[in-house]
Amino acid sequence: MSENGFEPKIVAFVCNWCSYGGADIAGNQRMNYSPNVTLVRVMCSGRVDPEFVLEALRDGADGVMILGCHPGDCHYIEGNYRTLKRYNMLKPLLKQFNIEENRVVLDWVSASEGEKFARVVQAMNERITQLGPLNWDKVSSER
Amino acid sequence: MSEKPKIGIYWCSSCGGCEEALVDLNEAILDVVAAVDIVFWPVAMDFKYDDVRKMKDGEMLASFINGGVRLSEQEDIVKLLRRKSQLIFAFGSCAHMGGIPGLANMNDRETVFNRVYREMESNDNPEGIVPETESLVNGKYKAELPEFYNSVYPLDKIIDVDYTIPGCAPQPQTILDAFTAILEGKLPEKGSVLAPNKSLCDTCPRKDTKPDKLTIDVFRRPHLYDKLDDGRCFLEAGIICMGPATRSGCGERCINANMPCRGCYGPPDDVKDQGVRMMSALASIIQPDEEEDIQKVLETLPDRIVPFYMYGLPRSILFRRKMNK
Ligand code: SF4
Ligand code: SF4
Ligand code: FES
Repeated sequence: MSENGFEPKIVAFVCNWCSYGGADIAGNQRMNYSPNVTLVRVMCSGRVDPEFVLEALRDGADGVMILGCHPGDCHYIEGNYRTLKRYNMLKPLLKQFNIEENRVVLDWVSASEGEKFARVVQAMNERITQLGPLNWDKVSSER
Repeated sequence: MSEKPKIGIYWCSSCGGCEEALVDLNEAILDVVAAVDIVFWPVAMDFKYDDVRKMKDGEMLASFINGGVRLSEQEDIVKLLRRKSQLIFAFGSCAHMGGIPGLANMNDRETVFNRVYREMESNDNPEGIVPETESLVNGKYKAELPEFYNSVYPLDKIIDVDYTIPGCAPQPQTILDAFTAILEGKLPEKGSVLAPNKSLCDTCPRKDTKPDKLTIDVFRRPHLYDKLDDGRCFLEAGIICMGPATRSGCGERCINANMPCRGCYGPPDDVKDQGVRMMSALASIIQPDEEEDIQKVLETLPDRIVPFYMYGLPRSILFRRKMNK
């Protein structure tokens, strides 16, 4: 929790074959990563439809992470390339909606990279803490 | 006293094209008029809001409402119509999804008022006056105006909607099918959009030219492309055609005029956000795999709003832009 009492709500979509493994290691070794991250396990990062990201932001997330296998390592061969393309397509939309760039990130974490998992989540947590809450329900409900 | 079912027609934030579409039914409108009693239609006939207020609850069989909701007056009247009608039909893209006026959700009340009343080149408004809900005229008469909301709302965000007749404007056949269904008591499940639940691509005359493995390495804008009439799927040429994320039923009006679809019939049932669904479909077929090259392809597509949310910004998941204050 930061000094002003803001605890970011972060949703992380993690692919079953790599990044979930990374998260598991980080958890088992009790590495210090933020507890305020909700992991959503998906079969492949390519399964993360941009609709999921927008719904998470609308429903109260302050930040969203998509974590998948390194390029070339996707269990379904091309899933993460698709993720990379959709992510690059989505980012300018978020910008046009005035949603800060760093609120949605894509990164690659393999099943053995527990340390990297803890690091990217921690970095995300710090960035979002600095940005403050997104409060999308307030944005959309103001008459 | 006539025993014919009573019908109301109302408009909110719309252009008038939906009313036009009703008149465009030509002779068929005579059959409709013969079968029903139109008891409220401010654009075409002289009725007052009070006439509606005096009706019994549920007295009208159906009200057809076009336009999104932007003013408090519109909210009041659609709520009134909801009470007085057994069925509410959202009529046209604007009532369904906000429509083109819904693009104003990229702004808010303040920026709209500034532009329209203060900055517009043709304005003569040195005191920078903008509409107020209450003001004094000549220092003594109180004048009231409806409140202008920050955002444009699809009708179903304001009242319960029974059915939607999609389109900008709805195609005559879509309207007639809806009337027939009402009069014959053959309406589908409540909440339905009254057009086929399949994508425009499924019924498109160009669909057979769509390559099995479609890839895109450049996006082109239609007015800069000279082969729009070659009869081939637009996507093949990198021209954004909303067909994959749009509901069929319009008779492929734009395609038959050699223009790509802009999505006015809205998405099929399973799609939550028409724009981002289309973006996602397009992104998946971008040819190169390296991030730098992907970005080069995407540089040819600078805007994400007009190409994908021409008709549906207020229906999108995020609903509106956040304003930086
Ligand atoms: S993308 Fe457009 S042109 Fe191609 S098949 Fe679909 S509706 Fe027809
Ligand atoms: S082709 Fe698309 S934009 Fe044109 S009328 Fe049909 S649904 Fe609407
Ligand atoms: S399985 Fe990990 S990204 Fe596809």
